[in-house]
Amino acid sequence: MSEHKTTEMLQAEAEKFWQDLEAKKSAGTKLTPKDRTSIPPQEMPSQEPMVRAHNMSEVALGYTETQARVEAERCIQCGGAPCKKGCPVGVPIPEFIACIQNGDFKAAVDTIKQTNLLPAICGRVCPQEKQCQSFCTVGKMMKSPEKAVAIGRLERYVADWERANNKITVPTPAPDTGKKVAVIGSGPAGLTVAADTRRAGHSVTVFEAFQKTGGVMVYGIPEFRLPKAIVSKEVENLKKMGVEFKTSFLVGRTETLEQLLDREGYDAAFIGTGAGLPKFLGIEGENLIGVFSANEYLTRANLMKAYDREHADTPLYDAKRVAVFGGGNVAMDGARMALRLGAEKVYCVYRRTRAEMPARAEEVAHAIEEGVDFHFLENPTKFIGDEKGKLIGVELLNYELGEPDASGRRKPVAIPGTEHVLDIDAAVVALGNESNPLMKQTTPTLEVNKRGNIIVDENQKTNIPRVWAGGDIVLGAATVILAMGEGRRAAASINEYLAGK
Amino acid sequence: MHKILEKRQLSYDKERDQSVYYFKVEAPEIARNRKAGQFIIFQIDETYGERIPLTIADANAEEGWIAIVFQTVGATTRKFAATFNVGDSVPVLVGPLGKPTHIEKKDGIIVCVGGGIGIAPLHPIVQANHKIGNKVVTIIGARTKELLFFEDEMRAASDELIVVTDDGTYGRKAVVTEPLKELCEKEKVSEIVSIGPAIMMKFCVAAARPFGVPITTSLNTIMIDGTGMCGCCRVKVGNETKFVCVDGPEFNGYEVDFDNMMQRMTAFKDKEREADHKCRVGLDAGKVSA
Repeated sequence: MSEHKTTEMLQAEAEKFWQDLEAKKSAGTKLTPKDRTSIPPQEMPSQEPMVRAHNMSEVALGYTETQARVEAERCIQCGGAPCKKGCPVGVPIPEFIACIQNGDFKAAVDTIKQTNLLPAICGRVCPQEKQCQSFCTVGKMMKSPEKAVAIGRLERYVADWERANNKITVPTPAPDTGKKVAVIGSGPAGLTVAADTRRAGHSVTVFEAFQKTGGVMVYGIPEFRLPKAIVSKEVENLKKMGVEFKTSFLVGRTETLEQLLDREGYDAAFIGTGAGLPKFLGIEGENLIGVFSANEYLTRANLMKAYDREHADTPLYDAKRVAVFGGGNVAMDGARMALRLGAEKVYCVYRRTRAEMPARAEEVAHAIEEGVDFHFLENPTKFIGDEKGKLIGVELLNYELGEPDASGRRKPVAIPGTEHVLDIDAAVVALGNESNPLMKQTTPTLEVNKRGNIIVDENQKTNIPRVWAGGDIVLGAATVILAMGEGRRAAASINEYLAGK
Repeated sequence: MHKILEKRQLSYDKERDQSVYYFKVEAPEIARNRKAGQFIIFQIDETYGERIPLTIADANAEEGWIAIVFQTVGATTRKFAATFNVGDSVPVLVGPLGKPTHIEKKDGIIVCVGGGIGIAPLHPIVQANHKIGNKVVTIIGARTKELLFFEDEMRAASDELIVVTDDGTYGRKAVVTEPLKELCEKEKVSEIVSIGPAIMMKFCVAAARPFGVPITTSLNTIMIDGTGMCGCCRVKVGNETKFVCVDGPEFNGYEVDFDNMMQRMTAFKDKEREADHKCRVGLDAGKVSA
């Protein structure tokens, strides 16, 4: 493991590059692409790994101003904007980076917000190395996607700058149209629809089943990766725009979708209820005490604040040896949360290898730095319990990679006879979610596919008139940015429909 | 806001220092849409409170209220009973959750069996069956006389009410399965609904089995969100993992793995005892300073 660099060290390095750049600029020479690409990528300052593994504060601390300015200078403004094509919502990336190059952070964030309403969040949780940054010309020139311009970190920087300096401009909605929009679910898709439909002058109510707004950004993604204050700020801004929030309101049960449309007078509704039904392994012992879905494990800690043992009433399950199953972001969150909740040993069991992990590269790197022990090419066959039904171990089987499967990844193949036992006292299953059955149960005419995901057309319209849907309930488990993209499309279609009404 | 309209102590268990409370709470939307068998989840603090599921014991759509009945078994229920009064509001209340009870007209009688705190959730089911004209025989039971409640309510909603206590201090000295067996022997029983402690439901299933009478049981597992999101409430039913919150709370009693359910309910027992202790100390201290 390389030595941890403090913010001060990183700032000092950036300062040197900045002075060189300034010297060149004041000498009147324009920076050449070679000048730009010779600047090394600016590393993200972070808390020291062994310290942060025991606290809930954010791990990545964000660029300093100098770092952001230096990193922005690495963009050669190649033309054609390949990065933009890698962005699910088409953020004008070269344009916002040019604003940073000119030192105009406010213009930069406003440029991003033309298409992405939640830059502080996306800057933190988007898998940039698979999206915008994987297309970056600089990364291609350097023959390493890791050396691409750090678009996500720059996005985060300007969004944080705007928030910290109270420069957020709350959009003024168009004059009231007298039309009512119901948004079901307050996750990324729902918040996006709320913002875009409210902007068009409609009266908007967001219904949330939980006691707090933000959906997966609040119950799922931990504080150390996405501070909750950032999510509540976004909600606050929507409230300032006049969006109404109703928490502890489960559409389908508290009132049905039909009642909202026919009785409560909503002209349009958007379903953004998320993936929400955890998958289990279907193996022996999965209902033992100590086996948790990642959703439960994270919800206890995040939403219910169980890590705050002094104040919270929701209990945590004490475990010294925790195994997390899965290779996605949620698995990383679960493993790193386990460390923070006091586990002495945390394993991450994944049936493929690091190269195939769907998690964000930065999260995997952080987990390794913090001491999570990865067991690649292994998969559980059964959970083992004691006489009281408590988990004491898991039997694992070794795997090897075979031919590529439908997902294009090499298919893991079990190696018979390699069963072995890992002693653990808690297991966290992070293998994704199936679609929540609630909307379908309570709205029988709603068309869903065989996996239970709501079927929509290219405008996110469902088969029920006046009802749109988007995000994970349509996509299956996806990302914040994809959910937002769907929300934008749905909102545009809703606005168009309501304008013609 | 969910204002508390009425608060009553229904029983007190000296031996365990546990009470049963009845709270009537303003909740117009829930009152309008709830059906027999459904539950709510409440919190007494939005930020730090735990989420507690409770089956709705009664409701009135016109007046816009629901009634919840709970036993002071843990820190939250103790604090709720001790510090919330008429006029206060319950900070978080969501519902109605879960699938409603399937109620249909039957030829034979419906036997409804409620034990201890399970008497409360059974009440709307008795009412609903009675309302559509089913002949309902209700059996309610408790360890001892002081722990019984809803006797009048149940009598009003049933064609016949049988009361039993373990120690014979009130009604017949018996456990609920005895009159249940007798009814199965003597009468044409179309369905049994049993709600109470897991062990009682397990024995009711055993009692019903020789007669092959369908038996519905309502499970009260630990929950967090109550909407299918976390899987905390899962239990083995007919060899499949089911979620009590969205697949239930009612299941065919013959298929429920009650042993698995009882084990899972002990997951946080040590923590509960700890919290309960802390809470009682806290409440006592509160009394002193007040």
